[in-house]
Amino acid sequence: MPKQEKPNDIEENVGSDVDSEEGSAAENEENVKVTDKGGKRSTPRTRRGHARVRARCGGEEDEDDEDGTRRAGHRRHRNRRGRGRAARNEGSDSEGDPTRKNQANEKSKEDYEEEYEKGGKSGKGKDKKQDKKPDKKGKKENANKKKKDKKKSGSGSDSDSEEEPITEEELAKLKEEVEEKKKLIATLRNKPWKMKKKLSVLKEAQLFVEKFEGALGKGKGKKFYAYKVMMTKKWMKFQRDFENFKTACIPWEMKIKEIESHFGSSVASYFIFLRWMYGINMILFGLTFGLVMVPEALMGKPYGSLPRKTVPRAEEASAMNFATLWDFSGFAQYSVLFYGYYNNQRTIGWLKFRMPLSYFLVGVGTIGYSFMIVIRTMARNANDDGGGDDTSFNFSWKMFTSWDYLIGNPETADNKFASITTSFKVNMVMSLLGMFCPTLFDVISSLENYHPRIALRWQLGRIFALFLGNLYTFIIALMDEINLKLEEEKIVKYNMTIWEASLYNGTIPENSTAPPIQVDPADVPRGPCWETMVGQEFVRLTVSDTMTTYITILIGDFLRAVFVRFFNYCWCWDLEYGFPSYSEFDISGNVLGLIFNQGMIWMGSFYAPCLPAINVFRLHTSMYLQCWAVMCCNVPQERVFKASRSNNFYMAMLLFILFLSTLPAVYTIVSIPPSFDCGPFSGKTRMFEVISETLEHDFPSWFGKVFGYASNPGLVLPFILLMVLSIYYLNATSKSYKEANLELKKKLQSQAEENKRRNKQKAQKSNEQDENSFETEPPQQTGGKQDESTPNQDKKKGQGGNEVKRTGQPQEASSSQALQHAGLDLNGHYLPQSRGGNLPPPSIAVTRPPAPRGYGMLGYPPGNTCFPGMQPGMPRGPPSYR
Amino acid sequence: MGGSASLLPREALGEYQELTFLSKQEILLAYKRFSELLPKEERENACSARVPKSRILTLPELRANPFQHRICHVFSTSDDGDDSMSFEDFLDMLSVFSDSATSDIKSHYAFRIFDFDDDGTLDRKDLEKLVNCLTGQGEESRLSTAEMEQLIQNILEESDIDKDGTINLSEFQHVVSRSPDFASSFKIVL
Repeated sequence: MPKQEKPNDIEENVGSDVDSEEGSAAENEENVKVTDKGGKRSTPRTRRGHARVRARCGGEEDEDDEDGTRRAGHRRHRNRRGRGRAARNEGSDSEGDPTRKNQANEKSKEDYEEEYEKGGKSGKGKDKKQDKKPDKKGKKENANKKKKDKKKSGSGSDSDSEEEPITEEELAKLKEEVEEKKKLIATLRNKPWKMKKKLSVLKEAQLFVEKFEGALGKGKGKKFYAYKVMMTKKWMKFQRDFENFKTACIPWEMKIKEIESHFGSSVASYFIFLRWMYGINMILFGLTFGLVMVPEALMGKPYGSLPRKTVPRAEEASAMNFATLWDFSGFAQYSVLFYGYYNNQRTIGWLKFRMPLSYFLVGVGTIGYSFMIVIRTMARNANDDGGGDDTSFNFSWKMFTSWDYLIGNPETADNKFASITTSFKVNMVMSLLGMFCPTLFDVISSLENYHPRIALRWQLGRIFALFLGNLYTFIIALMDEINLKLEEEKIVKYNMTIWEASLYNGTIPENSTAPPIQVDPADVPRGPCWETMVGQEFVRLTVSDTMTTYITILIGDFLRAVFVRFFNYCWCWDLEYGFPSYSEFDISGNVLGLIFNQGMIWMGSFYAPCLPAINVFRLHTSMYLQCWAVMCCNVPQERVFKASRSNNFYMAMLLFILFLSTLPAVYTIVSIPPSFDCGPFSGKTRMFEVISETLEHDFPSWFGKVFGYASNPGLVLPFILLMVLSIYYLNATSKSYKEANLELKKKLQSQAEENKRRNKQKAQKSNEQDENSFETEPPQQTGGKQDESTPNQDKKKGQGGNEVKRTGQPQEASSSQALQHAGLDLNGHYLPQSRGGNLPPPSIAVTRPPAPRGYGMLGYPPGNTCFPGMQPGMPRGPPSYR
Repeated sequence: MGGSASLLPREALGEYQELTFLSKQEILLAYKRFSELLPKEERENACSARVPKSRILTLPELRANPFQHRICHVFSTSDDGDDSMSFEDFLDMLSVFSDSATSDIKSHYAFRIFDFDDDGTLDRKDLEKLVNCLTGQGEESRLSTAEMEQLIQNILEESDIDKDGTINLSEFQHVVSRSPDFASSFKIVL
């Protein structure tokens, strides 16, 4: 690319001769342009320019020198690795290009500044009109030099603009540049570079930003701008700290990592799922604990003040027995743990806490939150999947992505090797069969069920159905029970009135206004309170489920492992590899257990606010117990497979279970009347009436009216219709996007193929032509051929090169032979045209104001040894021209 | 910290956080693990020391990995080709293999790891070596020559979009970026 420089030089010479009165103001602007253009150059240019700076100013810049040697070292390093390596580097350039450009940007700026200074000095003597300005400039230059001593990558034009009034345009440009640097800093970690390079680029960019950020907001906005910058910095730092804090807060990271390295990511995915579940349950627990249980315990009426808060006389004797408590009866039943304990008082305590409302909203919120989080997680997982449905890369995926890098255990690694090998072989057989007898393929493809992931799904489905059957049997039994209790309640209610009547009749007959008789709340007859019964059932079920799980782990895994391990010494066959062996970790069973347990929690937590707490405890202990059990008594699975695709499968099941467990809960809330003498909703015909009650009492009357109108079917129905329509619309658009995606993919593929084909043809053609003497060949063709045969890197420069071409062409004709060689050396684009010698004279064909470099080029006539293009050993340009 | 607790300079820590996908804790942990690999007397200046390849490979995270040599080779900046690693190389490696690294950079390095002869493309030789790495050392698990040939043929048919007989970086990234497993399995956590 020295061609670019060369014409500029000449243009400068001419320019300063012909009209040196152009003035330095204009020059300043032009300088900016030059630097801008410099930004489009790539590394080779930079290096050369760099070397030139050094040649000119000797050891003035130590840091620069250091930089240079580092680069040289880098280059050597590259060379050492041979040509192949270099080729690859070029390939990787495509990614790193922008930043390289940036680097180049700075360098070339520096370069230009150098010239600019010279220009300023030489211009001083020549131009009287500008006597003052150059003086000023001299000072500026000094200042610049000082700055440069501190900072290796100053940019002349920018430091100038600091002192002269900045035009809007420059300001915008500067701002853009600073923004660019900031972006660079933010995205630096995405570059596939070595740390050293990243560090140096980071430092440069940071210095740049630091230096010029302040200059941006001149005038009235300056303070505000500085403040904004400062706040952004603080905010970034805070965010980073917060991220760190968040990662520090993730529990069991090390445990899971250890399991991951021993058993692969599929087993670990169970534990990650467990941890995720734990997080959700913590939040559910926080909701019920903070908004229901604690307020009731602190501000509600104390134990013993009401019949519903007292253990009945008949049970008093055994209420504290362990067996009773273990069964969640006795004192446990008449406590905040269960629905029945809560009073139907509208507000409690000095805070006027609306207990029934809170109870209801927490119940609804629990379910709503769970739905939201599950669906959100599913959506995120689906995004991660990236539409991995298409099977067009079956083998390649097996090849490139099947190794699980997390595996750190040699045994697991062996299993993984084996499973990869089998999958290769199976797939090969399949593809061979598919190739030779396509009709058989469909039959054979059922064999694909053999894949462990699919086998896992079958297994999951089977257990799922079983669990589901159990659950619904349980629910139906519960429903029967509820109906029985409701019947019983009617009788109790009737008996109550008789009992009350008898009470009054016995003592103060027919005086209803008299204060009620003090009866010990324990003696008051009470209804069966089906809600508490339901809650109790769920709690019992959860606890017994937990127990069973733990005992299974202890017996099935631990005792078996102990037996196999120690009886192996005195047994007649090899226990470790023979019949009992160690157990494998049963992912599907455990995941399903977890999911069903969670379903139980969702179903029961409305009637037993303690359920999330119990579940948190269960998950916490099972995390430790299972981690321990896995590490000490299980062996890695025979077939280690990755879990990423199973994740959303788990989630889908969770969602399904959530839906299923919401149904009965919602049904009981909406259609069964609450018990008359227990729970926060006693005395209402339906539980949700608490909402309308609150609306009536606690909101202004207009709100109730608005709510009434809003819930009117005339409004609700259109709203639902609208939602359905929008869902339909979104669905349709997403489908069309998918199709468009596919279309584009096809296009891309065919285009790539087409390109390649064309390239090959051209390369062939050019090769043929190359064999003929290139002296005779017409220039145009040479240019075309050039385009094709130059390596990637040169192509990339194309844009910059084209621009150069426009400014550069005319001067070229008048320039010396040495220059031509230089131009040739770098980029063959221009030469063919110039060689013909039929180009217009220099002053005409400038399609664009030439980019000046100050007046400086006087001292450096073309062909001077300082000229970068002359440097030997620059591996640019097509070899055909050598 | 193994005995002599030399600390990572504060500003360096900040810079590393800026330049890698690692969090502060992870960098500190990496530093700790790295200095543990060094002999006692070198732990003082762990930032400038280099750990030889043989020591790096004792890390349990790399021990069972069939690509351990390639990983060392790709991330090492050593001048004399012994694949030793400095702390910065080590961080580079962990950053690429971390959870939060983009799949772009992961696939870039995966390509370099699989490119056994460092020539910028995956040709038949590279693929063969890759298959051998994946099928393990055991003789019985090796694929036969015919199988190997067929497998490589299949892979090239799928991935070699421009049909030049090799897989280049962009083809590789095109294939890998669509894989649902890649980002989750191309991961090493200390």
